[in-house]
Amino acid sequence: MNKTTTRSVALLSLLAAGALLGGMAAAAEISGAGATFPYPIYAKWAEAYKQKTGIGLNYQSIGSGGGIKQIKAATVTFGASDMPLKPEDVKAAGLVQFPMIIGGVVPVANIPGVKPGQLVLDGATIASIYLGEISKWNDPRIRGLNPKVALPDQAIAPIYRSDGSGTNFLFTNYLSQTNPEFASKIGANTSVQWPVGIGAKGNEGVAAMTNQTSGAIGYVEYAYAKQNKMTYALMKNRDGKLVSPDAKAFQAAAANADWAKSDNYYLILTNQPGAQSWPITGASFILMYRQVKDAAAAGEALKFFGWAYANGAPMAQELDYVPLPATLVKQVEQTWRTAIMAGGKPVWTGK
Amino acid sequence: MAVTTLPIALGERLKREARLERAFRLLTLACAVLVLALLGGVAVALAHGSWPALRTFGWAFLVREIWNPVTDEYGALAPLYGTVVTSLIAMLIAVPIAFGIAVFLTETCPRWLRQPISTAIELLAAVPSIVFGIWGLFVLAPLLQHTVQPWLIDVAAPVPGLRQLFQGPPFGIGVLTAGLVLAVMVLPFITSVMREVFLMTPVSLKEAAYGVGATQWEVIWGVVLPASRAGVIGGIMLGLGRALGETMAVTFVVGNAHRISASLIAPGTTISASIANEFTEAVGDLYTSALLALGLLLFAITFVIIAAARLLLLRLELRTQGTK
Repeated sequence: MNKTTTRSVALLSLLAAGALLGGMAAAAEISGAGATFPYPIYAKWAEAYKQKTGIGLNYQSIGSGGGIKQIKAATVTFGASDMPLKPEDVKAAGLVQFPMIIGGVVPVANIPGVKPGQLVLDGATIASIYLGEISKWNDPRIRGLNPKVALPDQAIAPIYRSDGSGTNFLFTNYLSQTNPEFASKIGANTSVQWPVGIGAKGNEGVAAMTNQTSGAIGYVEYAYAKQNKMTYALMKNRDGKLVSPDAKAFQAAAANADWAKSDNYYLILTNQPGAQSWPITGASFILMYRQVKDAAAAGEALKFFGWAYANGAPMAQELDYVPLPATLVKQVEQTWRTAIMAGGKPVWTGK
Repeated sequence: MAVTTLPIALGERLKREARLERAFRLLTLACAVLVLALLGGVAVALAHGSWPALRTFGWAFLVREIWNPVTDEYGALAPLYGTVVTSLIAMLIAVPIAFGIAVFLTETCPRWLRQPISTAIELLAAVPSIVFGIWGLFVLAPLLQHTVQPWLIDVAAPVPGLRQLFQGPPFGIGVLTAGLVLAVMVLPFITSVMREVFLMTPVSLKEAAYGVGATQWEVIWGVVLPASRAGVIGGIMLGLGRALGETMAVTFVVGNAHRISASLIAPGTTISASIANEFTEAVGDLYTSALLALGLLLFAITFVIIAAARLLLLRLELRTQGTK
């Protein structure tokens, strides 16, 4: 009796040691997969974090769909998605969802004689262009928004992202909110059936296509519009105010959003209220398990995210991303404390 | 002593060699079986993956133009059409040019020029397809948009039939551009095969033809081509196979629109371009399954084309045997 207990205790401790070792081995590298949009900033944060702590990040930027599939298959510690999962899906899969970084989508155009920031558009008008209802730049509806701009009698070439992407989701989501016809005929998704226009692959493809096609309109992530010095448009937002795409306007949209009331942070930042809010703003999300099997790996991942919240803002701004507002960070960390558990104890040990 | 042991050693050696021989034969058989197993595995995996989509949409999957991830409704007609049309354009352009190059290289080219041209064509085959895509998007597309397509539209406008083929605003990219890029890509494959088989025509045959007063054209059309028919068809099929499956270069220039349009300058899509574009972000089982079904379709098309080529060659062979 005594002998068997000592033996089982020895066995248990051996197992525990093994688990600990296994956990430590896994902790040397945080594993994640998903969205391509935040990949540059995750990679930059990971590099700085590795220099500081020696712990690296293995992030496969395979797309949001792939990220969701991989976290559901539990092959990675976290998944990343540009499109938030619906609260019921998050719960059904036993996951926790929280925002990590914010970005904006900017409409860009190539009209002879029109300079960056001169053109004014709103959601309903852009939706009509992508529906094929407005086909000329001198259409009265565009002229109505731009009384002072000389718009040519030229065909509009709508350019869209052919690959499924979070950018597509934000853009179509915004157009659906502002134009009921767009909502019923096309809808919002990472890829949709466009009735007109040409598809280009990736932000770089849309940027190139727009820049070399006279009369084109397109939409790209803010960083691409800024770095390629593209002819961006001002947007008339929900409050009817004109806003210019910049970090301040994206942050305003994120700050004005009511995160506290959101269920599992299922909040899409498009068409937010506020005089300064950029209407096509969106967050990129992280997905993790509620009941963690490998507490060490999940703990390291959360430590990395916590470090990025606290120290990553300058790096994010360098790459034209927008860090989360401080109130939102507090709220997310509270979620970590209460929702991500291993053996009944919270995995997140930060302050 | 030595006389008695030698036959025993020899016998054992022979036995050992027979065993080795058998093992070697089995090994080669295993290699061949592995290929078949891989092929079968791919087919089964594709069929299994595409089953949900095929079950949901049935045969209508093949004839519907709709491709709507929002309502989860998919049909393969637009990518199917784009794949066939871009490949057809490519073959229409590449085959005559390849024939011309091959004839020039084997019959009329001065000896010193032969090697540089052959090397240049082989180098063309070594260019990665992504480079062709970038070239198509940044060099060919603007050229087409600003000069070639406006001219085509103007020329075709008064001609019924042609008008429909070249109508709409010139975007620079579209089905025609994809066909042009594909033509450049498959050209080296078809050319090198044609050149090889032309070279294999017996010199005595050609000399006999020249001897009875045949012109160069008559020799090529009447002697070289019939003698190398099988190889020429093989080369064309190789090119066609490449054109059907090409992904990256086409994705850059085809316009990626799930629409069928009579106009060749309008954007379209192909099977492989659709898969490459949408697979990473395909959320939902039916969507993924529909993309896999597209893959299965391409697999089937390629299979049918190869089978048709084999059949054609077989019939040609039988006919030539019959005339003998």
